[in-house]
Amino acid sequence: MSSARLHAPATGPAEVFAALGDPTRLSLLANLSDGEARSITKLSADTHLTRQAVTKHLHVLQQAGLVSRARIGRESRFAYEPAPVGTAKAYLDMVSAQWDDALSRLRRHVER
Amino acid sequence: MSDRIEKSIDLAAPIETVWRALTDHNEFGAWFRVKLDGPFVAGEISTGHITYPGYEHVKWRAVVQTMEAPRLFSFTWHPYAVDPAVDYSQEPPTLVEFRLEPTPTGTRLTLVESGFDALPSNRRALALRMNDGGWTQQMENIRSHVER
Repeated sequence: MSSARLHAPATGPAEVFAALGDPTRLSLLANLSDGEARSITKLSADTHLTRQAVTKHLHVLQQAGLVSRARIGRESRFAYEPAPVGTAKAYLDMVSAQWDDALSRLRRHVER
Repeated sequence: MSDRIEKSIDLAAPIETVWRALTDHNEFGAWFRVKLDGPFVAGEISTGHITYPGYEHVKWRAVVQTMEAPRLFSFTWHPYAVDPAVDYSQEPPTLVEFRLEPTPTGTRLTLVESGFDALPSNRRALALRMNDGGWTQQMENIRSHVER
């Protein structure tokens, strides 16, 4: 079996948030998140979307690094890539921790 | 995944006290650790500089959006714009909202920061913001310093 795996370049949280900010893409990703790679045909059937719509949304997800594409013979299969979600979550966690810190200082300030 | 951060805390202080701590620029600066150049005015740009040890080179710049005493204070800013070599002004900002409600024991403060999905794809700026190790560790150092 010859398999050429094409990874999108590493992306920051912004691309990931933007790519996730669409219900259709979220449902495609949810579908793929079980770890099984699927063809466009299979994804179209599973989601009741047209082939063109699936192709367009997969392209956005691939650009953000959220899915990878592997060619197996003449067929392309798409698979969920968990790393970018981790990156985006780490960014939000950092901002969140910063606010925890600031709010605890506010508490000391107003409750003294 | 959410593109917003939301936090609520109950403070044992009257709503007027919390409102003042948020909107008086000197009081805000004391707990937020920023030296502001002047008072907050709705619709106007607020400037200053961060007073964290080691981060004094970082400028504070926000645009005050709403001041509805004593319920809502909001501003837009560029979160973690920590690199003086990067011009963050062209990026879409995030919105920070402080909502206050009186409670039997004081005040409930709800903080929402939203708009992360609109942040730009500027790799360099975001890579610097991500700068995991450094910034996170620095925050921990500060926390242990102030809380001991």
